[in-house]
Amino acid sequence: MDQLLFNSDYPYILSTLIFLPLAGALILLFVQNEFFARYWALGVTTLTAILSIPLLTNFDTNSAKFQFVQQCSWVKSLNIQYVIGVDGISILLVMLTTLIMPLCVLASWSYIKTRVQTFMICLLIMETSMLGVFVALDFVLFYILWEAMLIPMYLLIGIWGGPRKIYASIKFFLYTLAGSIMLLVGIIWLYKTNNYSFFIPDMMWKNYSLTSQVYIFLAFFLAFAIKVPMFPFHTWLPAAHVEAPTAGSVILASVLLKMGTYGFLRFALPITPEATTIFMPYVLWLSVAGIIYGGFTALAQNDMKKLIAYSSVGHMGFVTLGIFVMNIEGVEGAILQMINHGVTTGALFLCVGMIYERTHSRELRSATGVGKYMPIYVTFLTFFSLSSFGFPGTNSFVGEFLILAGAFKYSTPLALAAIPGAVLAAAYMLRMLQKIVWGGTDNPDQSWLTDLNVREIVTLTPFLFFVFWIGLGPQPFINLMHTSVVNLLDQFHAHQGQVVTAAELIFH
Amino acid sequence: MQFLPELTLLGASLIIFMVSLGKPDSNKMKTIAICLGSAIFVATIVSFNEKGILFYNSYKVDLYSQVFKSLIAGSFLIVLILGQKLKSIKSTVHPEYYLFMFVSVLGLMMLVSSVELLAIFIALELSSFAVYIMVPMRDEGGSYRFQMEAGIKYLLFGVTATGFMLFGMSYMFGLTGSTQLNVVMVKLSEMYTQPAAIIAIMMVLAGFFYKLALFPFHFWVPDVYEGASNETTAFIASVPKLAAVALLIRLISMVNAEGQTIVTILMVCAVLSMFYGNLSALVQTDIKRMLGFSGIAHAGFVLLGLLTFQLSGYANSIYYIIGYVVMNLACFLVICSISKNGENLLISDLSGLHKRAPILAVTMAIALFALAGIPPFVGFMGKFMLLTGALKQGYLLLVILAAINTAIAIFYYLSVVRITFCSDPEKSTSITSGFFTNATSLLLVFIIVIMGVVPQKFIDFASLAVQSIK
Repeated sequence: MDQLLFNSDYPYILSTLIFLPLAGALILLFVQNEFFARYWALGVTTLTAILSIPLLTNFDTNSAKFQFVQQCSWVKSLNIQYVIGVDGISILLVMLTTLIMPLCVLASWSYIKTRVQTFMICLLIMETSMLGVFVALDFVLFYILWEAMLIPMYLLIGIWGGPRKIYASIKFFLYTLAGSIMLLVGIIWLYKTNNYSFFIPDMMWKNYSLTSQVYIFLAFFLAFAIKVPMFPFHTWLPAAHVEAPTAGSVILASVLLKMGTYGFLRFALPITPEATTIFMPYVLWLSVAGIIYGGFTALAQNDMKKLIAYSSVGHMGFVTLGIFVMNIEGVEGAILQMINHGVTTGALFLCVGMIYERTHSRELRSATGVGKYMPIYVTFLTFFSLSSFGFPGTNSFVGEFLILAGAFKYSTPLALAAIPGAVLAAAYMLRMLQKIVWGGTDNPDQSWLTDLNVREIVTLTPFLFFVFWIGLGPQPFINLMHTSVVNLLDQFHAHQGQVVTAAELIFH
Repeated sequence: MQFLPELTLLGASLIIFMVSLGKPDSNKMKTIAICLGSAIFVATIVSFNEKGILFYNSYKVDLYSQVFKSLIAGSFLIVLILGQKLKSIKSTVHPEYYLFMFVSVLGLMMLVSSVELLAIFIALELSSFAVYIMVPMRDEGGSYRFQMEAGIKYLLFGVTATGFMLFGMSYMFGLTGSTQLNVVMVKLSEMYTQPAAIIAIMMVLAGFFYKLALFPFHFWVPDVYEGASNETTAFIASVPKLAAVALLIRLISMVNAEGQTIVTILMVCAVLSMFYGNLSALVQTDIKRMLGFSGIAHAGFVLLGLLTFQLSGYANSIYYIIGYVVMNLACFLVICSISKNGENLLISDLSGLHKRAPILAVTMAIALFALAGIPPFVGFMGKFMLLTGALKQGYLLLVILAAINTAIAIFYYLSVVRITFCSDPEKSTSITSGFFTNATSLLLVFIIVIMGVVPQKFIDFASLAVQSIK
């Protein structure tokens, strides 16, 4: 238990964050009033966001241990515990989730017109399970929340989605579930090997045999790579993103995708360090493939949501690249980029949603030349687009710079191979921006469009704030994660030393 | 007191018989049946802590049997409530229908207490024959008569399975010279290497495989589920399975774990049941057929707990079958309420249910997600425990195959959820579900959630019950 740090000032803070939205959802079950449902969901998510602030102010940045821990037994006969805590890797993701949810509610204010209560219930349950996944320190707790999340997300896409919602929602569900089935078997195997305990910190940095590590890693990889999604497993993402309602897209892009990369950092690296070392080169090149592939496909899209969805594949490729180069710049850049992607892509989906609410089309062609009539809107859009391709001074620049620095440290050819991705990002984002702001000579008549209203400006402003904060002063964010990342990498390299010889024996 | 539940049942059957002599209207009949069902449930609760041996050592009343009796009575009561209108049974035969149902439950209750081969046989036949008659009692207005086909199929397969079982029992008697279960199993344990002993045990198990619808005794399932009326199917799909698992555990717990051949056979049956059930369920359009095939797959999962030959494994199986029965009853509750005149339902008939009957739609969705094994419901916890137990015994391949099956199963459950929740109603027929039905469905949902979230109490209790066999 030496990995845990109990905080006596806030003993129940994480549980409160997890269960507050759930309680809110339960109360909504008995409400028939749509207006109340909107305000109630906004209130609950805002309250959760406010309550999560003490996490930041009381977080001990000098400790790599899990903080704000709460622990109690859950299912005794199987030794399943209810144990939760945050460390430097998860705290930013928790904050991202709590802060983004009220904005999702705001974004659905007028977008969702049917079955509002059910929608808000789904959003609140999503928040519960997402927060739970990031703070769970018991593998069964983690798995339960990881899977349970599929139900509300499935309903979000399947009920309020676009024309091909059925196809998209089922594909999303099947892909993610089929991917994590072997994770379950891996979890049970680890449980058996670790003296019948599901406690995650105890599973880390053990000397499992290389063969079993390889199998466990493959199980992890399948589950997490689908969630990220990495290059050959990405096909569910464009479908789901395109069909989901705006709030669904935002949650999917900002939080759900991060669970895959979070899974790599939390489980794959510490539990199977030796197998990670062996598979590292392959994963790195898959990431590069994802970056280039995402870039080229995004360039060819005429559907705005699809364009951003494919750009996500590219951005997440950068994140996995950063994680698997295994040096301090890479991993810190990757974590920062996870947040950046959440902020920027989330905001871009919101922007597309706002256009969609007006024109009821996601086609780039029908949204051309709105700059003249929606000046505030295009201002926001410009900043987010610049941020998306890593313009200096915005958040993604810091993240991508760190990742590429880490990649160059690891191997120059690899880093050079990833560079075109950054160029492509500029190409497709500028193409979209140019079309939306100015368009050509054959623009449709956009004069009837109204500019953003106060609610929409309020929704977008926090995103813009973080774009510049992380872009201009990233140090506070990096400080939060630094100790944990250093600790992770130190342990990893200590283990790696023992294996290199073994790996060489296998592959030569 | 030890025999109270059975006596109550017997009395109830007699009362119904008396009533059937007159000409009761179906509404009155329904009230009588539900009251008697509640009385039986109360009787099982009252005699919960009884212990004793009756009828010349052939009938054992222990915690294990009493737990199962109250489970049987409880699920029987729910079947009575959900099928209260008996839509597709001719109203003139309602009393007789109830009579056979009660007699069948009597057989099942006796089954869980029987510890002697002939007592087992008689109890099993008593429960089966009543159901053989219930199946063709469906009235379809003469338009089609597949209930007759279903009845004949059920009878023929049932008799064949019984034949297997009797043949196996004769072997057991021949090998051991006794019909007492505890004597038989102790003696059989000494001759595990002999094929005769293995054949004897497998053949006796076959009779219960039939009740539980396990591969290779599953052939009756789809047609009988489809042909029998919705209420009868709800009964067949839930109550007898509890008793079958009870007896399977009683038999298997006496086999010691050295019988490796038996473990292998059970493994093969489990895996084939899962694959056969899930793959066939993928292409069904009739919802009862789909549930029938899914039942075959779930029976395979139950076997996963039995073949560990550990007390914890048996407890997991009990937990799982209870969960399965609850989930299944929830589905059938919805089916019986939606079906207007007791006709069979296609999956597409559920479209837009969320608008037509929100509570039923939520019940259906939760029951299906639970059947699919999505947390946090009972289906997930049950599967998780079974997989953990099997992996503890080192059956890695089996666990992987079972896990793959979970992934296959998602698809067909999900497509039903999709139709219930994500499509708009084609027909605007609204469904009126009474207060009683709504309350029952919420109760079932509540059990599904509670068993999934706090399983510890249930598992402890199941282990306690299993320990009382010895």
